Amino acid sequence: MALNKSDLNVGDQHSEQIVDNLTRTQIIQYAGASGDYNPLHTDEIFTTEIAGYPTVFAHGMLTMGMTGKMLTNYVGDGRLTKYGVRFVAQVWPGDSLTSTATVEAIREEDGVSLVDLAVSTVNQDGTEVVKGSATARVDG
Amino acid sequence: MATEHFPIEAGHIMLFARSVGDTNPIYYDAGAAADTEPGHIIPPPTFVQSSAQFTEGYNLRPVIGEPWFGSGKEPTGIQRESSGGGGGTGFHAEQHYEYHAPIQPGDVLKAVDKPGNSWEREGRRGGTLKFNESITEYYNQDGVLVVTARSVGVQTSRVVE
Repeated sequence: MALNKSDLNVGDQHSEQIVDNLTRTQIIQYAGASGDYNPLHTDEIFTTEIAGYPTVFAHGMLTMGMTGKMLTNYVGDGRLTKYGVRFVAQVWPGDSLTSTATVEAIREEDGVSLVDLAVSTVNQDGTEVVKGSATARVDG
Repeated sequence: MATEHFPIEAGHIMLFARSVGDTNPIYYDAGAAADTEPGHIIPPPTFVQSSAQFTEGYNLRPVIGEPWFGSGKEPTGIQRESSGGGGGTGFHAEQHYEYHAPIQPGDVLKAVDKPGNSWEREGRRGGTLKFNESITEYYNQDGVLVVTARSVGVQTSRVVE
């Protein structure tokens, strides 16, 4: 269901766990669906022996995609007008991530009611991995 | 990289939704989607990234019959010249989308790339960081701009710890 302007207040928050114990298999699923087959995300031997990382790590876009699930669950289907993030820390297999949207503004633009959201995803240690913003159409 | 022909397919949307762990029926079931506000299956917000599947010469997809830099018999199929410092890697630093019009299965999108800005700064974790921005506009079969994507890539001069 879409949000209604009259129910929203600056500072309101919506939070969801978007993944519990991220698996290498899910990262491979994302590679297959998105078409980004960079071995850094799926190939343990390449990643440790050639690239020099402790293990494979998630595509930033997988974290953005999982974070988007929290957003669309909150604002409703087809309601986003903008969504952007910065990738601020890597996401590793075994991580559990929680995403939060915080209402920053409720406004009108060309007769359309909009909500501006700050977006943040943190890992199990509280380290922010994705930081961004989104705007969605709301009712009212 | 331009993508001339990006067919929006229900099965691809389903696979993508699974991969981001999203169980919303609007990504899986045309019948359930018909009862939603959009009234049809829609893609998740970051789905247009998967236009890479349809980008000719996309450098993160193996080319059939050609060596690939991932592991096989050896840890990499392509031995690269050492740069001395070693280990530097390209990363995705930022991604931004603006949604202008709905997308649904049956649409065929065309992606048009536009150059963005470039800049450099010293990073705390990865040495000198070189940033490159690119803007991609996705148009549907009717020539309607449906999504604008802005991507920022960063090239590090050493392994990020």
